[in-house]
Amino acid sequence: MRNEILHFNNVFIENTSCVGGKKESEGPLSAYFDMLEPDEYFGKDTWEKAESEMNTRAVNFLLSKAKLDYSDIDLSCGGDLLNQCVATSFVLKNCDLPYLGLYGACSTMAESLIIGAVFKSSNFAKRVLCFASSHFCSAEKQYRFPLEYGGQRTPTSQSTVTGCGAILLGDSEKCRVEVKEAVVGKIVDSGVTDVNNMGAAMAEAAVDTVIRYFGESNLSPDAFDIIATGDLGREGYELACELFKRKKFELFGKYTDCGMLIYDLEKQDVHAGGSGCGCSAVVTAGYFYDKLIRGEAKEILLIGTGALLNPNTVFQKQSIPAVAHLVRLSAR
Amino acid sequence: MTHKEYKKMTDDRAKRSPTLLNCIKAFVTGGLICVLGQALTVLYQELGASVELSKTLSTISLVVLAGLLTGIGVFDVIAKQAGAGTLVPITGFSNAVTAPAIENKTEGFINGVGAKMFVIAGPVIVYGTFASAVYGVMYYFLLRGGLAG
Amino acid sequence: MEFLDWVKVFAVGGAFCVIAQILIDKTKLTGAKILVSYVILGVILTAVGLYQPIVDFAMAGATVPLTGFGYLLATGVEEAVVERGLIGAITGGLEATAAGITAAVCFGFIWALLFKSKIK
Repeated sequence: MRNEILHFNNVFIENTSCVGGKKESEGPLSAYFDMLEPDEYFGKDTWEKAESEMNTRAVNFLLSKAKLDYSDIDLSCGGDLLNQCVATSFVLKNCDLPYLGLYGACSTMAESLIIGAVFKSSNFAKRVLCFASSHFCSAEKQYRFPLEYGGQRTPTSQSTVTGCGAILLGDSEKCRVEVKEAVVGKIVDSGVTDVNNMGAAMAEAAVDTVIRYFGESNLSPDAFDIIATGDLGREGYELACELFKRKKFELFGKYTDCGMLIYDLEKQDVHAGGSGCGCSAVVTAGYFYDKLIRGEAKEILLIGTGALLNPNTVFQKQSIPAVAHLVRLSAR
Repeated sequence: MTHKEYKKMTDDRAKRSPTLLNCIKAFVTGGLICVLGQALTVLYQELGASVELSKTLSTISLVVLAGLLTGIGVFDVIAKQAGAGTLVPITGFSNAVTAPAIENKTEGFINGVGAKMFVIAGPVIVYGTFASAVYGVMYYFLLRGGLAG
Repeated sequence: MEFLDWVKVFAVGGAFCVIAQILIDKTKLTGAKILVSYVILGVILTAVGLYQPIVDFAMAGATVPLTGFGYLLATGVEEAVVERGLIGAITGGLEATAAGITAAVCFGFIWALLFKSKIK
């Protein structure tokens, strides 16, 4: 039988950083960002460059907070939503840093933490930089319509988060947060074809991963302070709740979703909530990490959720499969 | 759970667009744009243009205006409310041409502006032209057969 | 133009938009598909003689919506076929709609020169 849970040895978070945009500055988690840039171009002249600039700033913040240099880091791994992951790889152009590019759609932050933790745990790397990003404008341009195009969004659609979260894995005495366990997600196809309802496309994948974790772990969901999916949004969150209920799986009110935490769904024009790699990345690197180091939370489960599609598969009316990776973060 | 059951479960609970409100907004904006088109036609006629020329000038004016509003970033704000009210009039066509042209300027004037200009509105030209040509051929044979004209 | 004529323009133009809005909300048809359907519908309705009465009744209320674009294509092709025979089937449609298309292309280019994509 397969072991569902990966148990890591001595993988700790040395530091984190996160950078966001204007909409994120108007949301309830604005206090947890290192920087909130009101200029969506980040001082650049294209959306693609803007996203890379955002990521560069996040990485630089992380290094300066950790008082480290690129040469102190053994490996970097990360990804974004743009074709061929350019926003991430272009950041490291002149950085003299080994790099693994990842694509897990919006689950990328969790995926990069898992890859990073595997390298650290097996001592192939002492310090690993994990990061993920998305930018509302570059994502709209690639996946939907030009920004100036006049269209209406359905209530189940979500709004891509402009943000980059970066997490440095290592193990110094000072580290307060451990990356303890993980479950690698399976591809789950729920048959959903509506690109404006990604929450529905990803809910089953998230539920599957959570149940696989608790099926093998001897912990109860009650032992956790927060169990958060990455970006199901309100629609997917409510669907997931319904699916848990049907499976008679009790979550003791610990369940929430990063896509609902990052914005004020009533006041901000984001429909069902936030989405994108940046969503779970900034909520984890900012809000969750802060809760863990302050002792306000001791155990957090992050379930990064990714909808796997490209514009062509959508036009071909293929369904949208999803993946959900679980990472357990514990305060020590 | 089968895909069918899951689809039913998601469809049953998915929040719907407020159709009635959307329809009212679409009716008012769409109606007003047509009134503007008519007013411009009347205006050009007053200024001495022929009936045909006035209609053409009115169309051009709406296209130019919608493009300008797209450029200054006002069109999509209105369209978010108006929905089909700005989409269906010729203004929607103009917006669909202008928006990708502006957005893709970063890829240059050939591969960006030039190549992407009709990425949304292209099908309108393709199928409109095709339909008119098919109709033209049919009309020709109907005329020859003495069934039309 | 009397007041009632303006009401006709408003109501008919608005009604075309309402039908499209219902299609968008209920069937998840995208904007591009609606526009294509409207243009083809305009050509067909004109061909069977149903659209001319709407144009006579509502003027810009029938010519400004995209169905009016189809109407222009169809009437253009009819005239060209009468004047020039079969070649008119090829030239008539775009000739009649040239003003709208050329304005959209030329001004689309000019607006792209002048403006930059931005977020609201």
